[in-house]
Amino acid sequence: MDVHHAGSVGIVAPRKLVIERPLTLDCGRCLPRHELMVETYGELNRARSNAVLVCHALSGDHHAAGVHAATDRKPGWWDSAIGPGKPIDTRRFHVVCLNNLGGCRGSTGPNTINPDTGRYWGPDFPIVTVRDWVKSQALLADALGIERWAAVIGGSLGGMQALQWAIDFPERVAHALAIAAAPRISAQNIAFNEIARQAILSDPDFHAGRYYEHGVVPSRGLKLARMLGHITYLSDSAMRNRFGRLLRESDGRFNFNYEVEFEVESYLRHQGQSFVERFDANTYLLMTKALDYFDPARDYGDDLVAAFRRARAKFLVLAFSSDWRFSPARSREIVKALVAAEREVSYACIASQLGHDDFLMPLPEYHRVLGAYLARVAQEAGA
Amino acid sequence: MNAALRPDLALICDWIAPGARILDLGCGDGALLAHLAHTRGVRGYGLEIDAEEVAAAVARGVNVIQADIDEGLADFADASFDYVVMTQALQALARPDRALAEMLRVGREAIVTFPNFGHWRARLALARGRMPVTPALPAAWYETRNIHLCTVADFEALCRERGWPVLERALLDRAHRRGPAIALFPGLFCEIALYKLGRPRAAPQGGSAASATDSLART
Repeated sequence: MDVHHAGSVGIVAPRKLVIERPLTLDCGRCLPRHELMVETYGELNRARSNAVLVCHALSGDHHAAGVHAATDRKPGWWDSAIGPGKPIDTRRFHVVCLNNLGGCRGSTGPNTINPDTGRYWGPDFPIVTVRDWVKSQALLADALGIERWAAVIGGSLGGMQALQWAIDFPERVAHALAIAAAPRISAQNIAFNEIARQAILSDPDFHAGRYYEHGVVPSRGLKLARMLGHITYLSDSAMRNRFGRLLRESDGRFNFNYEVEFEVESYLRHQGQSFVERFDANTYLLMTKALDYFDPARDYGDDLVAAFRRARAKFLVLAFSSDWRFSPARSREIVKALVAAEREVSYACIASQLGHDDFLMPLPEYHRVLGAYLARVAQEAGA
Repeated sequence: MNAALRPDLALICDWIAPGARILDLGCGDGALLAHLAHTRGVRGYGLEIDAEEVAAAVARGVNVIQADIDEGLADFADASFDYVVMTQALQALARPDRALAEMLRVGREAIVTFPNFGHWRARLALARGRMPVTPALPAAWYETRNIHLCTVADFEALCRERGWPVLERALLDRAHRRGPAIALFPGLFCEIALYKLGRPRAAPQGGSAASATDSLART
């Protein structure tokens, strides 16, 4: 990884912020304090008007751009979009990215110690919602001295946080950017999440969520969960183009056993295995539940229009043509409700091949519209 | 910005009340919406199918929604806009009549512009047995996006048949002027037609829409 290449934020360091104020969660429980891992890129201007919050999706974290060391093989998860001269331009914006509450990359979550018991939180960690995350992020904004975000940006589950921000803290968000998101997830989506959870919960190494104390991880379950998820993030044609029916061994003969045989099997196993090495099963359970519960209309009599009427932000909604997990039709539901609520909104459906994961890709059409929108945001913010 | 606005768009602006809520179908780079927002405090959205135009409209700070007008306006509620505008796109749609009906469902009034296929150049070309290739319609028949061309008379006949009252009409030449020849023979000399239509009256059919009948009589 060349950290000096144009467009990179270079070597970055995360830091841990302690939020000393109590946070009452949707489930009714209260966390008296919590810790959040945070990375920032670009300078906060004197008016404190150029701060942008980037919210991560299911498996993301605070490391969105740059590298932690010159020897890092891979940059942060959204390095394609964040950096000098990139759509989220760090020469103009002060970008804040955090590992959400309940995450597994250093923020307070199931794999950290519960101060009340001295044990790992594990299954005792409360199930948090998108609303809880937004509340926690608002406390973080207070701690950072940021009164109002120039923009809250996210893809997938991150886009849902952007929408929730605009509804819950209308005065604190100038622009909300929801990319490859949905106003709430469908029965089909909940079904995928349920299979992922069952894979983890039924792994003998899960030990009712207390696997840390047994010195094991429910790797089979987590691996299966990720393999399933991964399929849904890719389009049929993307998998066909990349793997087709290619066999790993070139003699073209079937082995008549259950070892890895097709290239796609090898790929999925690899994806699953590398995920197990960097992610926590309890956090995966919790994140999928937050996705299932997300439904901002619920607080407004199941009326999404009424929910959006509270918002003062301007919106950019983006979808990808090949995304079937959070299809363009779902983004259109958001747009329709925003129009009915007479909010300012722009929408583009990006022609794409890969599927849901395209929101992480530097597609020219995508970055052009994202960059054009954020250039306006920067101009408005005096950045 | 004012100076850069196309003359036909400038004329449309005169038909739009300040502070109105508008939907611009096929808004391109959002020039009309940006101008209306700036000069008349108009709020609204543009619909545009082309990705580059969408990005250009976003860059202008116009609300633009990428969509195919041929798929209808189902995402928009009845009478949710004061005006629905469509400039130079009617003739490129799969079903212009349905699009107009949708415009008048979603908007209280519809403003539409289209090239007049009854212009003398077009008639002359057809009289010689060829499809017209004119300054206003420069593409050949096999590659043109204009698949549903109509004359001023055709358009007014449709309005009459559907009971859409013609509230305003402007017939312009290629330079977007109203010359004396157009005043005398509008159907022959008009190259670009602009109409403002109202919502359908009770009884369609039979030419009861007086203003439309009047305008046709002069063709």
